[in-house]
Amino acid sequence: MGVEVAVEGLGKSFGRQRIWQDVTLTLPAGEVSVLLGPSGTGKSVFLKCLIGLLKPDAGRILINDTDLVRCSEHTLYGIRKLFGVLFQDGALFGSMNLYDNVAFPLREHTRKSETEIRSIVSEKMGMVGLSGAERKLPGEISGGMRKRAGLARALVLDPQIILVDEPDSGLDPVRTAYISQLLLDLNAQLDATILIVTHNINVARTVPDNIGMLFRRELVMFGPREVLLTSEEPAVKQFLNGSRIGPIGMSEEKDEATMAAELAAGATMVDEIRGVPPQLEPTPGLPDRQAVHRRRARVMRILHTLPPAARHSILASLDSTDRFAR
Amino acid sequence: MTVKQAFPGQAALRQTGRLYALGLDVIRCTFKRPFQFREFIGQFWFIASVSLLPAALVAIPFGAVIALHLGSLTEQIGAQSFTGAASVLAIIQQASPVVTALLIAGAGGSAMCADLGSRTIREEIDAMEVLGVNPVQRLIVPRVLAAMGVAAFLNGLVSVVGVLGGYFFNVVMQNGTPGAYLASFSALAQLPDLWISEIKAVIFGFVAGVVAAYRGLNPGRGPKGVGDAVNQSVVITFLLLFLLNLILTTLYVQVVPPKGA
Repeated sequence: MGVEVAVEGLGKSFGRQRIWQDVTLTLPAGEVSVLLGPSGTGKSVFLKCLIGLLKPDAGRILINDTDLVRCSEHTLYGIRKLFGVLFQDGALFGSMNLYDNVAFPLREHTRKSETEIRSIVSEKMGMVGLSGAERKLPGEISGGMRKRAGLARALVLDPQIILVDEPDSGLDPVRTAYISQLLLDLNAQLDATILIVTHNINVARTVPDNIGMLFRRELVMFGPREVLLTSEEPAVKQFLNGSRIGPIGMSEEKDEATMAAELAAGATMVDEIRGVPPQLEPTPGLPDRQAVHRRRARVMRILHTLPPAARHSILASLDSTDRFAR
Repeated sequence: MTVKQAFPGQAALRQTGRLYALGLDVIRCTFKRPFQFREFIGQFWFIASVSLLPAALVAIPFGAVIALHLGSLTEQIGAQSFTGAASVLAIIQQASPVVTALLIAGAGGSAMCADLGSRTIREEIDAMEVLGVNPVQRLIVPRVLAAMGVAAFLNGLVSVVGVLGGYFFNVVMQNGTPGAYLASFSALAQLPDLWISEIKAVIFGFVAGVVAAYRGLNPGRGPKGVGDAVNQSVVITFLLLFLLNLILTTLYVQVVPPKGA
């Protein structure tokens, strides 16, 4: 089972520019979470802090009772072996072909023989649908393939925590849907904790168990998917609708005056997207997602603390799954 | 990642500190197993292949210029028989290590910096760290050691070619006596001269490697940042080289007594 990642009061700034502050959230073990946010709100920076590539100015990141922010470099390298990270462009090693790229962590960290390595690599390449492309160089393949190859490399050490930076950037909607399905299937097979950083609304609505959103230099909210999807918070609502109307502006946040002017001009939302769509299911034939059961138990415990709309939606989804089970 | 400036020049000081820290890291990681032998051989071959021919080609005219200059000078003061001795000293102690280092930095170091820089902006270095592999140990140590090794060998080559060039020009162009040129070699030069030459070359190789690696690992943003980083790495290396050369030469002159003194 995956590992819980607890983030407490995290803050980060570059020089005088504050990126975000006081971010507190817990990625529940083995569940899929999505971190949303408009471009430039420091989502990638947050990801890099989680793996210790950047040092936050304040706060703690607890994994297995170890604080990543304050541990020694040696411990950090040890903890990183728990992680599998998919970078935006795959971050493959340009001088190696796909096979060597995927085999790299095995060759560095294990004493496996080449035959064992071959079988593991071909298994993972098969998982992401890249069988037959082993001899290609990263420069010779498309962006989607690079992403999947990066994912195969991230999976090769059987990570407990998988971090994914914008799985949809540079991909068409169909390929994005495949990647989303792949991530969910992986969660069913490996039961790893997954955090996806994205600004793709579709991914956010259908993939995760939990959603959070970064805006205005802080975490607006983080919780079960129903909470954010039914939220009446203006920024969240605007973002999920991909609309111009709301507090999010083109560059930074809009000021109040512009917003009032827009409203006065009678701008209204067209085709408002609302409600909680059903979550993706793993491909038939794969094991049940253990996370679903754990999450249900967890959500039921905190149900009374959730806003009414979310509570309603959770109960409705419970009814339908129960009916389905019968 | 600039934090607020407490006093002017703080940024420069910070950069210097981080450069030193990388140098120390390289030394520390050199003794860490496993040693990346294949990377080392590959880099050694690469640096040697890009700097060998230019080094030899630069060495010939360099040796010639020193020989010609000294030849006319010694003639004026009537010390022709020492032409060989003086030019050998100049070439082995000064010209050869500096030429070697300039070429290692200019040809090998710039390529190394560009390679590391593009890897950094493509997040390859980050990916490597995340995979639990220390990039300093995996990539930088073999490169710096390769630069040092190539520098040592190249220094020998440049010395030989330089001395041969000097000999040729002195004997053929200035009608020097071949016997006197060769015989005077050992009149002033001594074995420690050869040592300091090699020591200089190895230290210069280390500096060139570390500076190239430092700028490569910390480029500015985007492709332009990498270009700037390469440019700066060469300039910084050159500046450091001549300063270091001054220090090493001063030390050498103080520590090793000249022959016959």
